[in-house]
Amino acid sequence: MRIFRIIPILALIILGTTLNANAQCKAFAKKICLPELGAYTHDGNYHAAILVEGEEAELYKTFYSDMEYRVAICGEDKLPKVEFKVLDSDKNILYSNKDANFAKTWDFKLQSSQQLKLVVKVSSFNKPGDTPASGCVAIMFGFKVKK
Amino acid sequence: MVVLLFTSLLIGCKSGGAKPTKQEIPMEAPKETKAVYDEIKQAEKIFNALPSPLESAMLIKSAGARFNETLLNPIGNVNNYVTNKSMALNLGIYTCDLSFASLYEQTQLIIDYMNAAKKMADGLGILKAIDQSTIDKLEENINNSEVIMEIVSETFMNSNSYLEDNGQPAVAAMVLVGGWFEGLYISTQLVDMHDFNGNKLVGRIIDQKLSIGILLNLLQSSKGNPAVDELVIQVNKLKIVFDKISITTSKIRPVFDKTSNTTMLKSDVKTDMTPEVFKELATTVAEIRSTFVK
Repeated sequence: MRIFRIIPILALIILGTTLNANAQCKAFAKKICLPELGAYTHDGNYHAAILVEGEEAELYKTFYSDMEYRVAICGEDKLPKVEFKVLDSDKNILYSNKDANFAKTWDFKLQSSQQLKLVVKVSSFNKPGDTPASGCVAIMFGFKVKK
Repeated sequence: MVVLLFTSLLIGCKSGGAKPTKQEIPMEAPKETKAVYDEIKQAEKIFNALPSPLESAMLIKSAGARFNETLLNPIGNVNNYVTNKSMALNLGIYTCDLSFASLYEQTQLIIDYMNAAKKMADGLGILKAIDQSTIDKLEENINNSEVIMEIVSETFMNSNSYLEDNGQPAVAAMVLVGGWFEGLYISTQLVDMHDFNGNKLVGRIIDQKLSIGILLNLLQSSKGNPAVDELVIQVNKLKIVFDKISITTSKIRPVFDKTSNTTMLKSDVKTDMTPEVFKELATTVAEIRSTFVK
C-alpha cells in the first residue's frame, strides 16, 4: 500500500521539476537569446526545448522576399556547441554555422519567398560514461522590412 | 530515483508545435548511458512555425496595403467567446488586428485591441501574459511604434510559451492558426481586383501556399483533439483552393555579401493564380474566418 502514497508524491516532484525546467527555458530564451536579434524585430514566436547532447531538432518555416531575417540559435552554457544548418526543400544545405565558427546568428534575405528547414543539433562532449549534458536550446527569428 | 527524474524531465519537455519522431539519433552512446539515450530518442523535436501575427501584419503593410478598420474583428465580440477554442482562435485574431493597428499607428485601436487580446488570454488562464503594467506601458509609449511592436511581440511570446510549457500545445496551435487566418483574411479583402496583375499583396497571398503544409502538420501534432480535428477539415478545404495555384522555384543559390554580413538566397520563382482562383480563395478564407469570429 505504501506504493500508492509514493507514486503521487513522485508524480508531483516530476511535474514540478518539468514546469521549473520549462520556466527556466523561457527565461533563458528571453534574457539570453532575444538580445541576439539586435535591431531586428522579434516575430513573437517561441521555439525552445530542453535538448541533450547529440539530440536534434528541426524547424520548418516560410520566409518572405519582402523581409530581411536574423535567426538566433542559443544553447545554455552547460551544453556543448550547438550546430545549425539551413536547408531548402530539396535538402540542399544553404548555410551551416560550422563554417562560421558555430556562430549563434545568421542574417539572410531572399529573392523569392521559400519554405526552409532548420536543423539544430547539440554536439557531444564525447566523454564516455558521463551522464549526457542537457539544457535549453532556443530558436528565435527577427525580421525587418527589406530596404 | 535521480535517473527516473532526469528521464521524466526529458520526456516532459516536448515543446511548441513539436512532436516526437521515431528517427534514430545518429551517435554511439556508451553502455552506461544507453538507457538514458533510449529515452531521449522519443524526445526529438519538430517545430512547425507559422508566421506570427506581427509578421503577417508586417507583410501586409510592406506590400503597400492601406489600413481598413472595418476588416478587423470588432472588439464588441469579446464576450461571445467562451470556449477554449474560440478564445484561442480569437487571441490570435485580435493579436493580428492589434499588430495591424500598431503598424498603421492607430493609437486608440491599439489600446482597444490589446484589451481584447488580454480578455482572451485571461479567459485561457494565461497568467501574466498581458497585465495592467503592459497596458500602462502601451499607453505611455503610444506614439513610439518600435516600443509598441516590442510589447506586441513580447505579449504574444508570453502567451504561446505559457501554453506550450503548460501542456496545452493544441491551444497554442489554435492561437497561431487564428492569427494566420486573420492575416490572410485581411490581405485577401484588401486586394483591388482592378489592380490584380503584378499586385504585391497578391504575391504575398500566393506565398501563403508555402505555409499550408506547415499549418496542417502543426494541427496534426494535436490530432484527436475535437477542436483541432474540426480545424483540420476547414484547413483542408482551403488547401484544395491553394492547390490550384502553381509555384515553381529555381534552385536556391546563397550569395554572401561581406559588407552587410548578410546572405542573399537567390532564386527565380514563377507563380500562377487566376483572378477566379483568387476569388475562390478569398471566399473560402472569409467563410472559415466567419466561423471563428461569430
